[in-house]
Amino acid sequence: MASKRRYKGIDQLSKRDKVVVSLMVIVPTLLVLWLVWFPAVGTVLLSFTNWDGIGPLSGIKPVGLQNYIDIATIYPPFWPAMQHNLIWLAVLFFIATPLGVLFAVLVDRGVAGTRFYQSSIYLPVVLSLALVGFIWQLIYSRDQGLLNAITGGTTDWYGDPDVNLWAVLVAASWRHAGYIMLLYLAGLKGVDPSLREAAKIDGASETTTFFRVILPVMRPINIIVIVVTFIESLRAFDIVWVINKGRNGLELISALVTQNVVGEASRIGFGSALATIMLLISSVLVIIYLRIAMKED
Amino acid sequence: MTRPSSEAEYLARMVPPSVRGVDRRTLLRGALGVGALLGAGTLASCGSSSESSSGVPTGAVSGEVTAGSYSSDAVPKAAVQSYMDAFAKANPGTTVKINTVDHNSFQENINNYLQGSPDDVFSWFAGYRMQFFAEKGLVGDISDVWSNMSGMSDAMKKASTGSDGKQYFVPMTNYPWAVFYRKSLWSDKGYEVPKTLDELKTLGAQMQKDGLAPIAFGDKDGWPAMGTFDQLNLRINGYDFHVSLMAGKEDWTDPKVKKVFDTWAGILPLHQADSLGRTWQEAAQSLQQKKSGMYVLGSFLAQQFEKGAEQDDLDFFTFPEVDSTIGTDAIEAPIDGWMMSARPKNEAASKKLLQYISQPEAQLLALKADPSVIATNSNADTSGYTALQKKSAEFIKSAKSISQFMDRDTRPDFASTVMIPALQNFIKNPKDIDGLCTSIQAQKKSIFGS
Repeated sequence: MASKRRYKGIDQLSKRDKVVVSLMVIVPTLLVLWLVWFPAVGTVLLSFTNWDGIGPLSGIKPVGLQNYIDIATIYPPFWPAMQHNLIWLAVLFFIATPLGVLFAVLVDRGVAGTRFYQSSIYLPVVLSLALVGFIWQLIYSRDQGLLNAITGGTTDWYGDPDVNLWAVLVAASWRHAGYIMLLYLAGLKGVDPSLREAAKIDGASETTTFFRVILPVMRPINIIVIVVTFIESLRAFDIVWVINKGRNGLELISALVTQNVVGEASRIGFGSALATIMLLISSVLVIIYLRIAMKED
Repeated sequence: MTRPSSEAEYLARMVPPSVRGVDRRTLLRGALGVGALLGAGTLASCGSSSESSSGVPTGAVSGEVTAGSYSSDAVPKAAVQSYMDAFAKANPGTTVKINTVDHNSFQENINNYLQGSPDDVFSWFAGYRMQFFAEKGLVGDISDVWSNMSGMSDAMKKASTGSDGKQYFVPMTNYPWAVFYRKSLWSDKGYEVPKTLDELKTLGAQMQKDGLAPIAFGDKDGWPAMGTFDQLNLRINGYDFHVSLMAGKEDWTDPKVKKVFDTWAGILPLHQADSLGRTWQEAAQSLQQKKSGMYVLGSFLAQQFEKGAEQDDLDFFTFPEVDSTIGTDAIEAPIDGWMMSARPKNEAASKKLLQYISQPEAQLLALKADPSVIATNSNADTSGYTALQKKSAEFIKSAKSISQFMDRDTRPDFASTVMIPALQNFIKNPKDIDGLCTSIQAQKKSIFGS
């Protein structure tokens, strides 16, 4: 018996269902509008003003593109910050993330003492980046640090602007690799063991199995790992903030935004312009990600 | 309830009808003494003086005063508690509720704090930052508290005055910036206090020969280098130019400014190397461990020295003369104190509290906890001072002009987003002074012009 009940659109729902459905649509939409779009648009609008955060909104004076011009021409920390964000991204992408994947594969293969490695590599992830910055401070301090005490050197790990970014990246990667390892390990555990057996029977080597069989199967995890890497490198902030408030070789866009907006400085307009630039960069990455994700569907 | 239109009206309201007939002057005399000794009960203490022309209640006040304090470290926190308690005890019926906030957070959130619902009184610093809030109408005028304040020098009054000529700030404690050294080390090696820049250079060269870093230096946090700049500018261009430069009225590409950086570049090799990775605490410890010879910092560096013999070994001298026509009579001595918010809930008690804070009794309670600072009231009894405190008091008293500190004397946005990176750049690359000054000037124009 063919069913006569064909879906006829929203009219078919009971009154109660309609209320529930509309609430489920409206409430999250309002939340997103209020918490995401309102501040984002507000930031973009404020970036064309010179508001100092004091007084009524009517006291805000528009200054056109002045903030953007100032950022690009007379604000010395800006270009180094852009460069550092890119370096950060490159290091996480080409070194820390592959390292995390490698750890995951090794742990998954069941090296002796797996559990020990697993927990010790994952441990830094539990710590906040702020704490990580502090721990490494004990290692990197020029006069009192562990590293210089052992090697007898006098390298100013956190203070020398040619060195400190790399020193910090070691600390950040130390944490990032553990994070990626955990994500990847979860994925590897989910791979059907019969795939490996089939590959083995067909005479594929371990490496071939991994690159030809496991990696393609893990595509969803791979995308998550890539996205996480991008997000982590864009929002990198707390570790440099803890070390020296994002100055002297450790400039990052996020730190510059905070310096201008949050502190006593209160250059809301100028800081908003920096935040808008950051928003634009993130949007590019979001668009790329969405295109990849859509293609998959 | 409507707000009373004047202080006198407010106070008149507080007097119960039963006491209105009593001669207030007699009661006033009693109330003027230490309130704690009054013991006359609420009725007597209610006999406040409504004919006093000033807005500060000379009689009793009541209710709760809220106080926002940034003294979050254990020791200063206890100090605030002790003088607030003393105030409450001296004014029966009054309680002080202290809201302590972490020092940095307090400072960083000050704009939001003052625009939200601030406490009746709050801790802050003298200088441009104080004036800035006064101009924006975020703090309360307390000129009437000042009109009968004893023991405050004119310099203190000047430092508490906004650009409109009214007072907005009550000084509590201050401390000098100078060149600190360990007496024992200097007498061992036979070093003499340098009077001029040349003598400083000669001494520095001698210290290097002796294997010491002549001048301890740590600028990881960005602000300590401001102190060195201030000292040099005060010696090279004098107080007036310094203040005017900080107020954004001078050109940073002026040869006078370049001369400051030039001179600094000349003595930079005497500073401890790799200063940008070192905190001031670490630099102070190198002085304490006799690895460096002297240190240009505020007297709070004594906190890194053990109380007692080690702190007694600490001494200081004013930054040496660079230009004999300018001399050394300008020094830097930041003042910490209290202000009243624009619309306090309990104005009468707030003002009385502020007046109490200006007096020696409260200030000495504060010093007990933190002996690296000194009282701002000249009537304060200095017999309990340590040698360092005594010398600080003398030093500040003998100065002709006193600046606060770069980040207190100029706009906070200019100090933190322009000067900190600029000075760090200078330390990294002391050769490109022209480029540095041009960059500062361009940013200054953008910030001060807006």
